Amino acid sequence: MTDLDCNELVELVTAYLEGGLDDAETRQVEEHLAGCTGCTAYVEQIRTTIAGAQALGGDGPARLPDDVRAGLIEAFRNSRR
Amino acid sequence: MSSAAASDGLPHEEALVALLREGDEATFAALLDAWSPSMFRVARSIVATPESARDTVQETWLAVVGALASFEGRSSLRTWVFRILVNTARSRARIDARETTTSFVPETEDFAPAVDPSRFRAAEPWRGHWVSFPTPWPVPEDLALDREWVARLAEAVEELPPRQRAVILLRDVEGHTSQDVCQILDVTPTNQRVLLHRARASVRARLEEYFGADDHPETPDAARSNP
Repeated sequence: MTDLDCNELVELVTAYLEGGLDDAETRQVEEHLAGCTGCTAYVEQIRTTIAGAQALGGDGPARLPDDVRAGLIEAFRNSRR
Repeated sequence: MSSAAASDGLPHEEALVALLREGDEATFAALLDAWSPSMFRVARSIVATPESARDTVQETWLAVVGALASFEGRSSLRTWVFRILVNTARSRARIDARETTTSFVPETEDFAPAVDPSRFRAAEPWRGHWVSFPTPWPVPEDLALDREWVARLAEAVEELPPRQRAVILLRDVEGHTSQDVCQILDVTPTNQRVLLHRARASVRARLEEYFGADDHPETPDAARSNP
């Protein structure tokens, strides 16, 4: 059996996914997950949330307005003088 | 987790910095195109208006041009640029008075439980265990096609407290590493993790509400277990 309760495990999820737990803690988390449907679903949901957030990066505003872009390139050119 | 920096078709770090120092305009233009959209999103999370975010990006690039000669390579160029961006956005947010605080040190609300405590049993037996399990969600590939889900996710990120929003945007949306984010926002690794933890947990909770709505079809898994 594991010492972790579900309400404790959910607080370790980020450290776990970031590789921030020591070996003993990691083992505790993995043992708990192996036997707990609820926490396994929770961790999957967090992973899905991360994947969804990563996908948001794709659809941003387009590139800089042309005049701003041209102005910056000109500033770059002038900085060399 | 992969960094977005390698996927933008730019030369590698050393070559990139060398080309910029030589005054290579094509490289500078490529950099503007590759990083500005991401910079806009980050700026937008700190300043009050889209116009102000656009100005922040422009102001940042001008600062970068001016300071390029003094770039020492102690962080990656991308991290350095985003650090200038965040500092520029913070000064601007102070002027716009969007937020009374532009610090990224966690506050009390950032230490709130990841999951509503009422979701766990308060008494024995099974104290501290789920009252009812979270329902499994559809796989990410299917969710990516669910436009309402994506919109809810974007909304949930937008509504986070500014500190959490900045961290989840930089880490998960824009693909910076935890080390980079610590440098960009000037926070400790511990505080970065506190903010990321709470941000992801809050967004998950909001998305769970979406799946909990009565009008949403049950997941195949849930349907199987409830014949």
